[in-house]
Amino acid sequence: MTREMRDNKGRRVVVVTGTGVVTSLGLGKNENWTKLTAGRSGIRRITRFPTEGLRTVIAGTVDCLDVGPYSAPALTIAMAMAAAQEALGEAAIGSAGSFPGPLYLATPPAELEWPQRRLLWEERAGDELTGYKRLLAAARASRHEELEEKFQFASAAEHLARRFGTRGLPVSVSTACASGATAIQLGVEAIRRGDADAALCIGTDSSVQLEALIRFSLLSALSTRNDPPELASRPFSKDRDGFVMAEGAGALILEAYDSARARGAAILGVVKGCGEKADDFHRTRSRPDGTAIIGAIRNAIEDAGVRPDEIDYINAHGTSTPENDKMEYLSLKAVLGDHLDKTPISSNKSMIGHTLSAAGAVEAVFSLLSISNGVVPPTINYRNPDPDIPMDVVPDTSRSASVRTVLSNSFGFGGQNASLVLAAL
Amino acid sequence: MSALPHDVWITGIGLVSSQGEGLDAHWDRLARVPAPRPVVDEERFAPYPVHPLATIDVAREIPKTSDQRQMEQWQRTGVYAAGLALADAGIAGNSELLNRTDVVTAAGNGERDLALDARVLEAIGAQPAPDVYLNRALATGLRPTLYLGQLSNLLAGNISLVHKATGSSRTFKGEEMAGVAAVENAVRRIAGGEGELFLVGGALNAEREDLLLGCELDGALHRGPFRSVWARGEGGGLVPGSIGVFLVLESEVHAALRGAKAYASLRSIASDRAARRAGSTDLGLMRLFDEIAGGLPPGPLAVLSGVSGVEPVTGQERAFLQGLEARGYHPAVRAHGTVLGHALEAHFIAGVALAALAVSRQAYFPPFDVSGVERPLEGAPRQILVTGLGHWRGEGLALVEAAD
Repeated sequence: MTREMRDNKGRRVVVVTGTGVVTSLGLGKNENWTKLTAGRSGIRRITRFPTEGLRTVIAGTVDCLDVGPYSAPALTIAMAMAAAQEALGEAAIGSAGSFPGPLYLATPPAELEWPQRRLLWEERAGDELTGYKRLLAAARASRHEELEEKFQFASAAEHLARRFGTRGLPVSVSTACASGATAIQLGVEAIRRGDADAALCIGTDSSVQLEALIRFSLLSALSTRNDPPELASRPFSKDRDGFVMAEGAGALILEAYDSARARGAAILGVVKGCGEKADDFHRTRSRPDGTAIIGAIRNAIEDAGVRPDEIDYINAHGTSTPENDKMEYLSLKAVLGDHLDKTPISSNKSMIGHTLSAAGAVEAVFSLLSISNGVVPPTINYRNPDPDIPMDVVPDTSRSASVRTVLSNSFGFGGQNASLVLAAL
Repeated sequence: MSALPHDVWITGIGLVSSQGEGLDAHWDRLARVPAPRPVVDEERFAPYPVHPLATIDVAREIPKTSDQRQMEQWQRTGVYAAGLALADAGIAGNSELLNRTDVVTAAGNGERDLALDARVLEAIGAQPAPDVYLNRALATGLRPTLYLGQLSNLLAGNISLVHKATGSSRTFKGEEMAGVAAVENAVRRIAGGEGELFLVGGALNAEREDLLLGCELDGALHRGPFRSVWARGEGGGLVPGSIGVFLVLESEVHAALRGAKAYASLRSIASDRAARRAGSTDLGLMRLFDEIAGGLPPGPLAVLSGVSGVEPVTGQERAFLQGLEARGYHPAVRAHGTVLGHALEAHFIAGVALAALAVSRQAYFPPFDVSGVERPLEGAPRQILVTGLGHWRGEGLALVEAAD
């Protein structure tokens, strides 16, 4: 019996054997990668609901999937299904409806939205009851199977577990805008511990609905540069003014190297390291000295067992908010030092917007495509560089580069910071 | 998962509920007062009874009013309980330990602005342009800070902020299974050597109509008058209870090195998702039991049950207990849902907390109700089985054991 392949910390090596993606650029890796490397934007005016009177009226919506009657959870589930289907097709693992490992799912909040709330209210037309008493009376009076099915936190995971036959308890996780990276980290840890030989890790988010848009807007987090939409997201530019909300899903099939080898699977890359660190400074801002972000990046690099100067490319969190991009630069500089000057860094969000809970997974898929294709996608809309952020942001056009090791960052409200190191085998 | 390579100790517990605040208050009421002991409000949300949170002085654990204002009640309850747990474990204020305390929470939805919702619903029908009205009403009516009160991960975020626990922060979701996943995640990370010190917990504010609406849409609520979980009749139903519960879980080695006392050891935990179909009776609980506790000798078996009162799963749990009986175990079951209410995401964690409390006091709770399902148990259990069955999906079991 040959010895199992171990990393330099003596742990099982975790590889990626399938990936799938859906964003506002389209369905699947081919369409996404073609447009992403061509510098195309998926940001457009919102048509899903009337936006009259709103400060922000643009988003990276996913409109290419037929989800039946629209609701945010219906789209969350449909995007996750599509991404997972693509990843499973590529990995050719298990059999239809039977995946040999657990599901780790990053999902947005699931709650009733205004259309559903108003329909419930109307069910009791003429009723004297007011407020929630009336909604509760409507809920009592008859079953609401569609709402039952979709508006529970476990709903998305339950649908996916049923469809793909994943093993054990499906796990739904939230670390806000770092959730996608955390879902991958959960899979990596399970395989390293030997709890599983394979894991299906998905990040999915369909938050472009009225109230979520207004809430982010009220936090002054969103770009208000509505016209033209494709120029709004401009990470690392001096005149960046906020992120653009977007939808999408990314899925990765993780496997223990030896199991993947044994079944002859093609290996797309290695998840070498994961790092996280919580911030205690503020609900929406990071410590001014960057301690927590620096901690997450350092922990990921240390976990990967690589030197900072081995990072060939950085897939930035790069949201295009004044705060994030400045803090991300300061933290990268602290960890990478002069090596940062020589390292290309780009933000997919300049083109697809911020896919929130899905971002870490979507951007991990794109990072792996950079490794396989030797191409770094650009940061578009970089016309007015911020002199305080002197980095090689691969402006406007993609670049050929030998990419062996990628650092991918994800940060979120509530002091969430997670980084991944993805590498060629 | 059977016996763990690194033993997991429970070295701190923070608990607030309708029964009071802290372990002594819970022990006094639950172990000494004869049944029935629930604290229930049947009026406020009629026809739905709820277990209201005992009065707590949040300023004791959340001293800054600016912090209090940035949270909704479920977060304040949780942050408060987390502070109790950290203090109990001797970690509060110790920045070296807090800096590497990994926070793992189980959380659901945050709280909505119910008054705004009601205003909009009542006015929108008469508007000439309802969509424009809705946009304006929300853009001017929603409080910016409310969103942060609504994000699931902001319980963990506020714990990092207020108590400075900043190793890492992960929030699990999915009703009851969020609690199972949170505990299991911490236990497995300790067992796998991926961390030594964890703060694990959750909170529910049961006293809100948006929560009740979510449960009622699922057909899961019990309608008054109050009855114990075993006696809710054919359709069954849960009675939500306000709870904040946090545990400090620690590797035995780490706890011993810093001289921390253990309430109990969290010996093993297992979870699964049975395909629940109409008419299916077997949720695979016996297999999970064998995985975590199969080595236990037959005889009396203390069981802290997370049963919700919702059917058919409550009946399925009783069938599992009868199956244990058939194997020579004599389950002395206590359904903490009867006395604390059902706490959804936090419910399983509350069960682990009560089990650890009983083990550490070397005594057991007398029956929580008079249904006859809960039988007296002589003596002090060394092990307690904790069950956590989702009211609509997911199953988890854990074994809590004396740590000596």
